[in-house]
Order: sequence, then structure tokens, then C-alpha cells
Amino acid sequence: MPYTADKPGHTPDPDDLRRRIPGWGADLDPADRPAFPREQPGIDTGAHWRVPEQQPHGAGRERSLEHERLTPVFGTAQPLHGLSGLIRRVAYTRYSEGQTPHWMLLILGDRVESAGAHVRSLFSRRPDDPVTQSGVFGERGRHPIASRFGRGRVDVKHAWLDPVLVVGPWVAAAVVVFRIARAAAVPASRR
Amino acid sequence: MKAMTYRGPYKIRVDRKPDPVIAHPNDAIVRVELASICGSDLHLYHGMMPDTRIGHTFGHEFIGRVEEVGSSVQNLKPGDRVMVPFNIYCGSCFFCARGLYSNCHNVNANATAIGGIYGYSHSTGGFDGGQAELVRVPFADVGPQVIPDDIASEDALLLTDAFSTGYFGSQLADIVEGDTVVVLGAGPVGLAAARSCWLMGAGRVIVVDHLDYRLEKARAFAFAETVHFGQVDDIVLTLKKMTDGLGADSVIDAVGAEADGHVVQHVTAAKLKLQGGSPIALNWAIDAVRKGGTISVMGAYGPLFSAVKVGDAMNKGLTIRANQAPVKRQWPRLLEHIRAGHIAPRELITHRFDLDDIAEGYHVFSSKLDGIVKPVITFGA
Repeated sequence: MPYTADKPGHTPDPDDLRRRIPGWGADLDPADRPAFPREQPGIDTGAHWRVPEQQPHGAGRERSLEHERLTPVFGTAQPLHGLSGLIRRVAYTRYSEGQTPHWMLLILGDRVESAGAHVRSLFSRRPDDPVTQSGVFGERGRHPIASRFGRGRVDVKHAWLDPVLVVGPWVAAAVVVFRIARAAAVPASRR
Repeated sequence: MKAMTYRGPYKIRVDRKPDPVIAHPNDAIVRVELASICGSDLHLYHGMMPDTRIGHTFGHEFIGRVEEVGSSVQNLKPGDRVMVPFNIYCGSCFFCARGLYSNCHNVNANATAIGGIYGYSHSTGGFDGGQAELVRVPFADVGPQVIPDDIASEDALLLTDAFSTGYFGSQLADIVEGDTVVVLGAGPVGLAAARSCWLMGAGRVIVVDHLDYRLEKARAFAFAETVHFGQVDDIVLTLKKMTDGLGADSVIDAVGAEADGHVVQHVTAAKLKLQGGSPIALNWAIDAVRKGGTISVMGAYGPLFSAVKVGDAMNKGLTIRANQAPVKRQWPRLLEHIRAGHIAPRELITHRFDLDDIAEGYHVFSSKLDGIVKPVITFGA
């Protein structure tokens, strides 16, 4: 096909589209599109303040280096604590959002907290249960084989990694605990 | 109260937590009646979002009844049934004053690169979310809206994020009459975007995914042509051939951080967390759109870098438009579309799980079992 100024292929018939598809073209006029233009000064947002009141009890609350002050409203869920809290605080106090260590430290903090929480839960009245918490019992009655295989799903190539990611750390931790316990209980000469 | 809580990657459970309290004079406490699991919740569930803390309650799509209001709340009262946009925003900062509610500067102490979102880690502010019996709703005079009597609860629920985001994404695609639009991803947002492209006057809508049942949904719900990318050798070449060699006028990325289609990219991003997100869909968008075309990015990515083909985007003269949807701006027009019978967002819902069974809901949704498209969380009989 030669390259010309015309758009190749057939041009859809608007009347046919209108007949076939509910609401076709209802927002053809950009004026009917709420996101056009992108910035729309003057919308009544319901705010009846110029500056929102400051939420109290913000002392010590972590914030991005890029904020000049603690925001007027902030989340109060899961305050920083422990070793993971120290790691995260370093991320917030030393690195701006533009620096990779900021985010890598936050991810490290996530993993440290996750490991600590699992260990602590073992000494609680409700220890973590990687089986029920994984939701794997949801497979019952929901066609686990037919949903996955014979349908051309490309994610089956790596889906086997998921149970490894879920159970693997528990197995690794059990091996470490076993080895430490054995080292403590059995003299090296008898191992 | 009972609430879903995060226990580490791939692990969640239901815990008893203290009821939320009014922490700011413009807060409200909402008793959740319906919530849903968003595809982007799976990024949290899989441990991809930095600063996702143990004990965090996810959930940014919910409706409910106002239980209590703070001293400065004027627009809501206890007993009101409200739909709550996933954005937490003040309504008065530089960005909110221009309608960019998803970019509010006054609610997310932890980052300036993103606004506030319910139940979406501390990187979006550290607010517990709505997959719980009760939730704290900041700036109650700004975000929530009373659900109109003639709007079904499940339609209202889908407007709190998924459908509004898809509708917003189709607007960012800059569609003019007769345009060909490719939508990558047939999840709830992709399906909503595909359906919305017709409202904008698209001439062709092509949806790409690898889940056959979702492609079937794309044909039935969104009247779209479909391509199963697992069944073609080269998805970009296929799309080029379908568009007579030109490429699509616009491509909408409705996949985001866990995109499939290239094992190495997926594993380095979704499993090893070495990228902010798998860039496969975005790279396909860059390659499949025509020169001078527009890419609308609705897929959610993490804040780390990703291996995106910027050179191709530059050389092709592309416009890349992206944002989290400023949800409430979409509502007046979307409510008109629902009333006119143009759309019925609730048709996306396929599964319902009680809060007590939410771990199973996440697993089924994450594993794409049983034809799941959109799971809703219910709160007892």
C-alpha cells in the first residue's frame, strides 16, 4: 500500500456506531469531557478554608524532605517502630524522593518489619499462618486447573514462583532455627 | 472493628483493630457497606509498594454510611450514605484549586510525588483503607458525596475508582471522531476505558490481554475487537497490521506494574522489586501507537525507575499523558451517563466475598481464577 496523506483502512460509519453502541459520541465535544482542560481553576470543591486547620499530635511524624512542613492532615495508621522504623526514618530524613536510596530503604524496611512481625506473631496468641493468610483455600470450587491451563495464559510461566515467595522464607527460617538449635544442643564433635 | 490487615507479601488476614477516631475537625467516620478490591491493591498485596507496613488496611474503593463527623464538617451528617473517591484531598491547595485532586499537596506527609489515597501504604499518606467495618475519611466536606437515590449501590461503588479511572483514561487519550484506540489490559479499568472510548467517539476499540474470559468480557461489555497476546508471535506487529501499518491513534495502558508478556521484565519488577513496575505494557504502547499519537497511562506503577523505551517515544513524537484520576471531577458526567443508560458500571462485578473471607478474595483475584473480573467485599448479612 503506498503511503499517502489519507488514513488507510475504512472509515467507520458514525450512524452505525451510534445505533450499535449506547452513548456513542456523547462526549465527542471536549466541553463535555470533565477532564478537559486538564487544569480547571475555580471548581467549587466544598473547601471552606484557605488553609486547612492543622491536625494535632504530629510531633515526630515522619515526612518527606520535599515537604517544607508536616501536611495539615496526615495518616495515623501504623507509626514507625523498631528496627524497621529506624530504617524508614533514615529514608525520610536523609534522602529526597528523587534519590533511589530513599525508596530502596523503604523496601528494606518493609522486609525487615515483615520478618520481625512473623517472628513476634509466633509468641502471640494468634501466630501467623502462611496457609490461610495466603487465601489458598479460595481455590476450592473455583476451577483452579481449568482457570489456569489450556487457555494460553502467559503468567503460568512464572506462577510457580508465587508459592516459593510465600513459603520460602518460612522454610529458610525453619532451617536456620534448626541448625542453631542443633549447634547449641549437640557438641561439634558428635555432629 | 474488623478490618483486613496486611501481614507481609501475599499474606493478609482479618483482625480486630481499634475503631478509627476523628483526628481532624473535618474528618468523618464512615461505616463501610460495600468495598472492592482494585487491581492496584494487588501491587500492595505482592509487596511492590514501598512503605507498606504490617497491619495496614487496604481498600480505596468503598461506599458507606456516615457514622460521625468532626466539628467543622458542614456538608455531611451522620446517617448520610456516601460514595468516597479514592483520592484524599484538601480542596484548597495549589493543585486542588486547579482540579488536580489526585495531586493534593496537603494530605500526604510521606511524599510529594503522589497525593493521598486510602489504604495504599504510607507512600500515599498512611491512611487505613475501606476494607474494614469503619474508616476515617479526611476532608469530609470535600471528597465524599451523598449517593443519589436513583443510583444503585454497586454503580456508586464502581465510580469511587475503577470506572472513573477508565473514563478519565479515555479522556487523556485525546480521542477525536473515528480514532482507533488500543486498550492494553482487560481488567476493570481497561474495560471501563474501552467502553468510555466510544463515548468519546472512537471509530475502533481494540483490547489486548492474555486472559480469554476477560477478552470475552471486552467484546460483550465494551463492544471491542480483541487480541490475545499469548496467541500471536508479535503483538506490536499484529496491532500495526490491524491498523494498516499506521499504528493506533491512541493507546491506553490499563495494566501497570505487574504487566505480563516478558518473563524477565515481569520477574525483575513484580517478584524481585528491581523496577518500579514491569514496563512491558508501556513499551508495547510506545511501539504500537502511531507517530504523533497519544499514550494514556492509567496503569499504576511504583516510584522506582522502570526500563521504558523513551527513545522510541521521543523519535515518534508521542504525547504521554498520565495521572491518577481526579475522581470526583468525573462524577457529574458519569452519573448522567448512567441515568441515560449509556453505561452500567456494576456489570463489571463478577464475585462477592465477605470481609471474613477476604484473604481468599485476594488470592482468587491475584490468581485470576473462576473468571474473576471485579471482586466486591460485603460486610455480613
